[in-house]
Amino acid sequence: MDYSFTLIIILLPLLAFGILGLSGHRMRPGVAGLLGTSSLMVITLVSYFTAFHYFTAPHAGGYRAISAFSIVWLSFTDSLQVHLGILLDPLSVMMLVVITTVSLMVHIYSLGYMKGERGFQRYYAFLSLFTFSMLGLVVATNIFQMYIFWELVGVSSYLLIGFYYERPAAVAASKKAFIVTRFADLGFFIGILILSFNSDTFDFLSLTSVNGPVIAAGAGSVFLGLSATTWAMLLIFMGGAGKSAMFPLHIWLPDAMEGPTPVSALIHAATMVVAGVYLVARLFTVYALASPVSLEVIAYVGSFTSLFAAVIACTQVDIKRVLAYSTLSQIGYMMVALGVSGYGGEAGLGYMASLFHLFTHAFFKALLFLGAGSVIHAVHSNVMADMGGLRKYMPVTHLTFLVACLTIAGIPPLSGFFSKDEILVAALEHNRLVFTVQWFVAGITAFYMFRLYFKVFWNRSPEYRHTPHESPLTMTIPLVILSIASVFAGFVPFHSLITSDGKPFEAAFHADVAVPSVLIALAGIALAALLYYKENLIADGVVAKLRGFYTAAYRKFYVDELYLFLTHRVIFRFVSRPVAWFDRHIVDGAMNLIGNSTVGLSVAIRKMQSGQLQAYIWFFTSGALLLALILVYLN
Amino acid sequence: MNPLLFLLIIPALTMCGIVIARNLKSVRIISAAGMSAQLLFSFLLLFLFFDLRHGGNTDPMLLVSSTTWYESFNNKLNFGVDGISIAMILLTAIVAFAGIFVSWQVEHLTREFFISLILLATGVFGFFISLDLFTMFLFYELAVIPMYLLIGIWGTGPKEYSAMKLTLMLMGGSALLLVGLLGIYFNSAPAGGRLTFDLTEIAQRGIPLSAQLYFFPFTFVGFGVLGALFPFHTWSPDGHASAPTAVSMLHAGVLMKLGGYGCFRVAMYLLPDAAHSLGWIFLVLTTISVVYGAFGAILQKDLKYINAYSSVSHCGLVLFALLMMNQTATTGAFLQMISHGLMTALFFALIGMIYGRTHTRMIDEMGGLMKVIPFLSVLYVIAGLASLGLPGLSGFVAEMTIFVGAFQHADIFHRAATILAVSSIVITAVYILRVVATLLLGPVKNDHYLKLTDARWFEKLGGVTLVLSIGAMGIAPLWLSNLLRETLVTLLQPLTH
Repeated sequence: MDYSFTLIIILLPLLAFGILGLSGHRMRPGVAGLLGTSSLMVITLVSYFTAFHYFTAPHAGGYRAISAFSIVWLSFTDSLQVHLGILLDPLSVMMLVVITTVSLMVHIYSLGYMKGERGFQRYYAFLSLFTFSMLGLVVATNIFQMYIFWELVGVSSYLLIGFYYERPAAVAASKKAFIVTRFADLGFFIGILILSFNSDTFDFLSLTSVNGPVIAAGAGSVFLGLSATTWAMLLIFMGGAGKSAMFPLHIWLPDAMEGPTPVSALIHAATMVVAGVYLVARLFTVYALASPVSLEVIAYVGSFTSLFAAVIACTQVDIKRVLAYSTLSQIGYMMVALGVSGYGGEAGLGYMASLFHLFTHAFFKALLFLGAGSVIHAVHSNVMADMGGLRKYMPVTHLTFLVACLTIAGIPPLSGFFSKDEILVAALEHNRLVFTVQWFVAGITAFYMFRLYFKVFWNRSPEYRHTPHESPLTMTIPLVILSIASVFAGFVPFHSLITSDGKPFEAAFHADVAVPSVLIALAGIALAALLYYKENLIADGVVAKLRGFYTAAYRKFYVDELYLFLTHRVIFRFVSRPVAWFDRHIVDGAMNLIGNSTVGLSVAIRKMQSGQLQAYIWFFTSGALLLALILVYLN
Repeated sequence: MNPLLFLLIIPALTMCGIVIARNLKSVRIISAAGMSAQLLFSFLLLFLFFDLRHGGNTDPMLLVSSTTWYESFNNKLNFGVDGISIAMILLTAIVAFAGIFVSWQVEHLTREFFISLILLATGVFGFFISLDLFTMFLFYELAVIPMYLLIGIWGTGPKEYSAMKLTLMLMGGSALLLVGLLGIYFNSAPAGGRLTFDLTEIAQRGIPLSAQLYFFPFTFVGFGVLGALFPFHTWSPDGHASAPTAVSMLHAGVLMKLGGYGCFRVAMYLLPDAAHSLGWIFLVLTTISVVYGAFGAILQKDLKYINAYSSVSHCGLVLFALLMMNQTATTGAFLQMISHGLMTALFFALIGMIYGRTHTRMIDEMGGLMKVIPFLSVLYVIAGLASLGLPGLSGFVAEMTIFVGAFQHADIFHRAATILAVSSIVITAVYILRVVATLLLGPVKNDHYLKLTDARWFEKLGGVTLVLSIGAMGIAPLWLSNLLRETLVTLLQPLTH
C-alpha cells in the first residue's frame, strides 16, 4: 500500500499554523479554535487509518519499516545529505496515534479552558506549530531530521510556556526551559556529528538495520577508554535526557508548569517530554548492540530520577508541580525499561515495556493534567490548600481523576498496571538493585497520587469565594474519553506489535512480580488515606519528625540553587564580566593606546614646526654640527 | 557591454537623480526606486547565471569582461561573477533595499545621506564583481570612506570618536592589505613575464612559497579586520553603537562580509600553501572570536553592543569555517555570511525602529514592548530565533553546514576547536533569550510606552523583506547551498589538494 497520503498528517497542522499565525487577531477566536481543532480531527482520523492499515497488513516475519516520503533538504557532502521524509514503522505509527489523540483532546479541552483569554488565536497557532513539530519528529527518516524537529518542538514549548508573557514567572520559566534543553541539545548535536562522521549516514534505516551497529562504529577510535560509538550514543542520550527532563537536566520541567494547563498536559506530560525515550528507542539497535555501556547509564539515570522525583512529589503543594514530578518519575520508569532491555525476542521485553508505558502514560497523565486543569479552572488556584471536598461540586472531574490515580498507581486491570508490571519484570531479570528501587517507587507513586487525590477531592473544604462548579462539556468530554483510554489501553497486545526487532513474542504473566507491586501500591494508597482522607494532624506530625529531609525535598534538594550558583555566580561573574572588561580595557585599550600615542607623538614634534626662523636656524646649525662631529669621529 | 556594469550604473544614476531631486519626497522615491531596480536586476542576474550554467557553460567565471586601465602596471578593470559572488550580490541588494526603507525618516541632510548610503552600497557591489586585486581594493576603499561621513554626521552618541576609531582601524587594515596585495603583485610572475593583478591568472601561475608565507598574514589580517577578527574587532561595538540605523545594517550586513569574502578570494585562494601552514594560528584566533564574542554579549545592556558582540561571534564563525578548508565548511561559511547579513541587518533595523520610539537602547530601561508594538516585537523574536539557530530560519542551515564540515577533520586540534565553536550556540541562546525576555516580555515598564505606535508601512516593508529572505533561506536552502557548493569545487582545488 502506498502511504504517501500520510504527508497530510504533517502538512495540515503546518498549514493551520500559517493561517492562524498570519491572521492573528483579525480572525475571530471561535473560528481560530475551530480551525485548529478541525485540522487536528482530520489528521487524527488519518493517523488511525494509517495505524489500522499498517498493523493489519500482512507482515510475515515481522513489521517492515516503510519510507513513505522523502526529499533532499540540504546536502552537506556527497554522501551526507539531510532528507525530510516520513518513516513508518511500528514505533512511529504508534506515536502518531498517541500524539494526535492527546493533541486532539487538548485542542477540544482548550476551547473551554482558554475561552475568553487574550491571545486565544495565538494559543491555537502555537498548538498547531507544536503538533506539526512533534509529528515531524516521530516520523523522521534520519537523525538530522529528528534534530530539526527536536529544536522546533523546543521552541514551541518555549512559546507555549511563555504564553502569559506579561507574567515574569512565565517568562523566566520559558527561558529556563529553552536554555536547559539547548544545553542538552549541544550534546545531542555533537553526538550526531560523531555518529555521522563515523558512519557517513544520518539515515535511521541503515543505522538500525542488521549491520547498523557496524556502520555506526565505522572507523571510530577509542577516546578516554570509551569507543567513539559509546561517546556518540551517550551524547545523544544527553539530548534525550534534556528533553525528557532526566536528572540532572530536569530543572526546567517543574517550572514549565507556568504555561497554560492544557499545554502542560500535551507537551510536558504526554508527548514532548517522552521524546527522549523515543530517541533511545529509535536508535535502540545501536544502543543495545554497539554500546551496552550507555544502556547501563540510561538505566541508572532513569532509576535515580524516578526515585528522586517521586520523593519530591510527596512534598509539593502546587497540584501541577506534583504532577510534573510524577511525570519525571514515570519517564524514569521508561528509561529504566530501555536500559535493562536486550535486543530481540523475549530479551527485548524492556523495550516493549518502555513503549507500552509511554503509550499508557500518555493517556493517564494527560488525563491527570486535564483533570487538574478542570479543578484549577473551578477554584482559580494551583495550590492544594485552596482545594478540598471538591467531589461534591465536580463529579465528572472527580471520577475521571480517580480513574487516573488508580491507573498510575498500578491497580489491575487498569492500563498502568500492565505496563508497569512489564517494566518490573524486565528490571528483575536484569538488575536487582534497579528492580528494588522501581518496586519501592511504585509505592511512593501510589502515595503521592492519593495524597493529591484526597487533599483535592476529600478532606475539608476551604471557604470558596465562588462555589466551584463542574467544567463545561468541551472540558469534560475529553476527560471521559481519556479515562476510557486509560482503562482499556492496557489490553493492547504490545508484545505482538512493537518489539525491539519487529517480530512478535509471547509475554508471560509473572505473578511473583505483579502481586508485590500491587501490594505496595495498596499500601501507598492506604497510607495516603490515613494521612489525608480527613483533616488531621498525623501528617503534620510526620513532617515535624522528618523536618530536615522534608525541607530538603520540598526545596527540590537544592538543585536549582546549585544551577543558579553555577550560571550567575560562576559563568556570569567569572567569565562574562571579565570578558567584557578585558575587551573594553585591554583589547580596546591597546587600540586606543596606539591612537593616543600617535596623537601624543604628534603633539610632541609639533613644536618643531613653530615658524620661528631663529628656532629653525638653531636646529639647522646644531644638526649640521652634530653630523660634522660624527663624520670626524668616524674618520 | 557587460551586464554586470549595470550594478554600478543603476546606483550612479540613482545618485544623479537624488542630486537633481526637488524635495524630500522625491529624494526618497528616487532612492527607493533605484534600490528596487538594483534588487530586481540582481535577481535577473541570478537567473541569467543559472541560465548560462544550465546552458552548459562551465567556465569558472561568467560574464567576464576586461578593460585596460593603466597599461604600464598591467592594470585592468576585470569584472565577472561566479556562484559565490552572485550570492553576495543578492544579499547586498536585499540589505540595501531594506536599508533605504528603514532610513525613510532621515530628515537632516537627507540628500547627502542617501547619496553616501548608495555610494557605500556601490562600493560593495563593485567589490563583489571585481576579479582583479586592484579593482577590488579600489571598491573596498570606496565603501569604507562614506562610512566615516555617515557615522560622523548622522550618528548618535560619541559619534566623532566612533567614526574616527572605525575609519582608522579599517584604514589600518587597508594598509596591511595594501602591503599584502602589492606583495602578491610583485610575486605574480615567478617564471618571468608581466606582473599582474588578475586573480585567475595569479591563481594559475602560483606564488612562490616564501612570498606566500610573508604576505599571507598581511592579506588575511587586512581583510580580517573588516571581518571582526579577534583582537581587531573593537571598532565594531563602538562603530555600530554610534552609526545610524541603515549604516549599521549595511555595515554589519554586508561590509563585514567583504572581510570574509576577501580572506577567501585573495588570501586563501591565492596563497594556499601559506594558508595551510599558517592557518592554525588564525583558527585559534577565530575560535576565540566565536566564543569570546558570545560571552561578551551576555552582560551588555545596550542593544547595539549586544548585537555588535553577537556579530563578532557570528562573523568569527565565517572565518573559522573558511579556515577549515573543505568544501562543506566553506559552503557553510558563505551561507553564514548571507544568513548573518540578513539577520543582523534585521536586528539593526529593528533596534533603530525601537530606539526611534523609546529613545533608549538600554534593555533594562525598556520592558513589555510585545504588548505595545507587537509587529516589531514579533520581528525581533524571529530575528532572535534565526540568530540562535532555529531550524526553518537561515542561521540553522549555515551553522549546521559549518559544524558538519568542520567535523570532517579528525585530529584533536580541529575537533577541540569545533566543539568549542559548537558550544557557542548555547551561549547565543542565553543572550538572545535574555534580550527577548527583558525587552519584549513581562509587564510594560513605562506608561509612556502605552502610546507607542507600531511599525509604519515603510518599516514593515523593510523588515518583512528581510524576514522573508531569512525564512526562504531557512526553509529551502538546497538551491543556495548547491550554487555555492558547485562553485567551490574548482575554487577549493588549490586548498584541498
